[in-house]
Amino acid sequence: MKTPDKEEFTLSVYSENHVGLLNQITTVFTRRHINIESLTTSESAITGIHKFTIVVFATADNIEKLAKQIEKRIDVLKVFVFRADEIIHQEIALYKVSTSSLLGGNEIEKLVRQYGARILEITPEYTVIEKTGHKEETQELFEKLDPYGVSQFVRSGRIAITKTKKELLENYLKKLETDQTQLN
Amino acid sequence: MNVMEPQSQLLMKEEKTRETKRMSGSEAVMQSLINEGTTMIFGYPGGAIMPIYDALYNYHDQVHHVLTRHEQGAVHAAQGYARVTGKVGVCFATSGPGATNTVTGLADAMMDSTPLVVITGQVISSLLGTDAFQETDVVGVTQPVTKWNYQVRKAEDIPAALARAFYIARSGRPGPVVVDITKDAQVNEMDFKYEPVKAIRSYSPESPIDFHQIEEAAKLINLSRKPLALVGQGVVLGNAEKELLEFLEKSGIPAAWTLLGLSAMPSDHLLNVGMLGMHGNYGPNIKTNEADLIIAIGMRFDDRVTGDLTKYATNARVIHMEIDPAEINKNVHADVPLLGNVKKTLPLLTGKITKNEHTDWVAEFEACFRIEYKRIIEKETAPDDKGLRMGEVISKVSSAFNDDAVMVTDVGQHQMMGARYFRFKQSRSVVTSGGLGTMGFGLPAAMGAKLGAPERPVCVFVGDGGFQMTIQELGTIFQTNIPVKIVLLNNNFLGMVRQWQELFFDKRYASTELINPDFQTIAKGYHVPAIKVTERENLDDAIKQMAETEGPFLMEVLVEKEGNVFPMVPAGASVSDIRLE
Ligand SMILES: Cc1ncc(C[n+]2csc(CCOP(=O)(O)OP(=O)(O)O)c2C)c(N)n1
Ligand SMILES: [Mg+2]
Repeated sequence: MKTPDKEEFTLSVYSENHVGLLNQITTVFTRRHINIESLTTSESAITGIHKFTIVVFATADNIEKLAKQIEKRIDVLKVFVFRADEIIHQEIALYKVSTSSLLGGNEIEKLVRQYGARILEITPEYTVIEKTGHKEETQELFEKLDPYGVSQFVRSGRIAITKTKKELLENYLKKLETDQTQLN
Repeated sequence: MNVMEPQSQLLMKEEKTRETKRMSGSEAVMQSLINEGTTMIFGYPGGAIMPIYDALYNYHDQVHHVLTRHEQGAVHAAQGYARVTGKVGVCFATSGPGATNTVTGLADAMMDSTPLVVITGQVISSLLGTDAFQETDVVGVTQPVTKWNYQVRKAEDIPAALARAFYIARSGRPGPVVVDITKDAQVNEMDFKYEPVKAIRSYSPESPIDFHQIEEAAKLINLSRKPLALVGQGVVLGNAEKELLEFLEKSGIPAAWTLLGLSAMPSDHLLNVGMLGMHGNYGPNIKTNEADLIIAIGMRFDDRVTGDLTKYATNARVIHMEIDPAEINKNVHADVPLLGNVKKTLPLLTGKITKNEHTDWVAEFEACFRIEYKRIIEKETAPDDKGLRMGEVISKVSSAFNDDAVMVTDVGQHQMMGARYFRFKQSRSVVTSGGLGTMGFGLPAAMGAKLGAPERPVCVFVGDGGFQMTIQELGTIFQTNIPVKIVLLNNNFLGMVRQWQELFFDKRYASTELINPDFQTIAKGYHVPAIKVTERENLDDAIKQMAETEGPFLMEVLVEKEGNVFPMVPAGASVSDIRLE
């Protein structure tokens, strides 16, 4: 049998803001031996509700099961699974280069312009450059800067919002209310 | 800060005292338990839970506490209690080793969907994270084996945490919950007021019923010529035994059961075609691949039931009736998923189907049964060779209790034999460790079962291996005088493992033979009357003596050392490849 292909998925996990939730969520991945590519957490647009944005490579079948297992945790409200074309997402990267290499020629300045990056801070020793974009873009800039000596490089996890107008969760919370009336 | 007028402040205070009562956190624990209807607690004290035990001391007329001999025993006993009563089992344990000793029981209850609230003591909150004496990260350790867990660090949070714990443990698909309470929260004073939890925003215990899917399911059932119902514990947990029979009797559909679905329908019902899975009956296993429709009712397609999934139910459409959305499409694709409590979905389905009989199809199961009877069952239950067999002992014990006892088992060959040869008239009559297969489960679980159903005889079958994993609970049985009937099926082997070694490892019996103690002397030491049967001619009398003895009793039977459980679907094989020998 042919094993199904893995794809990149972005999960939006909405939960109550309780201690220990991150652990509850990540164990679902560890148990199935799925590596988390990136993870960010923040408040959502709805007060009191937390949002985890998680990027993984998995098969479509596995991701569906995984999402249900996460949703099964009591304090998790809802999990939405997206393919790349359903969301707008962004990452941020910071690069530290020596100020002398910046002043030594105009190559770095050129790269900063070309990649739409910006300079955050310049000190006599080092300069910090910031770039936002998809991973490939921030990675490309890293590779271009590397020959000039990048002493530190860091990239954030992915953040994402859907192409739909509102937080999907709002619709979900409304549905919860109607379900509740059917069950009672 | 909120500055209030003196007068309104006074009013507030008055209001508070009217509604609430000042008490310690420990007393709040007891009051919360009583509010949830708890009358039985299994536990073991220690430093970090002493204030709660001290509060318990005042409540002995309302709550019975059973002091077990090990925290694992306490949890298994609570499981036995919960399984026969349908109530939430409650345990106390101290911090550190007390709490870690509960982990096996929690994992077992998680697998078998048993509602438990386990309360553990924890070190004083100011010491948390300092590696204090007997400090363990209980929330971290138990997270993967609980439905929910929570640490309480303030006395005033106790009632709300316990209300939530009970609600989560018993609602939806039930499961174990741990509430870890720091010692200062137990000691400090608070204003007690109890409000039971009725809903939690982030948790939907039951999905709304999809009426379209009911129609779809009914259509498939009405068209089906070879339908097979698979009955799981969901029927028992949903109290849907009556609804199940109404559905089966109207549709005429034969029903097979999983290990935990056993006793959901009477053994002698005409549509009961036997057990599924590895050591299940011949008919339901091979017919799974002939059926054109599988109706799974509150079961989760465990690998011990399905064998090789790629060769499972190959000709069938699947209707999956299940309360837990995560079970849908987990192992077997559901053509028609029917979410919800089967107590509600079964009658809706029964209302939509046409009355039917599947006489020829049911007769095929009977034919299979006759084959199995000749090849296996007869030899096991009425052997003509010398050695005593597990099957004959179990069948006779069942008869001695009029086929209406609660059967508890440990794990191993005797467990499968018990499931195959004990007979049942009513539901909630089986307590066995299914999903986790925990040796040592039987004896303590039987204590809880007996305390939960004191009016019913409770019989536990244990092997010589598993018995010794929790044998110290004989002390609890003696101290608390719990009249359980213990049947020790002694083959001087870790029999089930030995069977696999015989069949799949060239009879290389690596570390499976047991040199056992004199169980009679041990029973005597614990003041439990006991008898040992070595010859068939003494079996009936011994069973009679056991049944007639008022209190606890141990009947040890020396059975064939190398008896095997058949039929068998070898691990990883297809249900069609079931072996009769
Ligand atoms: C705690 C635990 N350890 C190991 C096992 C693996 N195991 C399953 S059955 C079995 C043998 C049980 O022997 P015994 O209790 O004598 O029962 P028998 O099979 O002989 O009836 C073993 C070791 C288990 N299920 N649980
Ligand atoms: Mg044995």
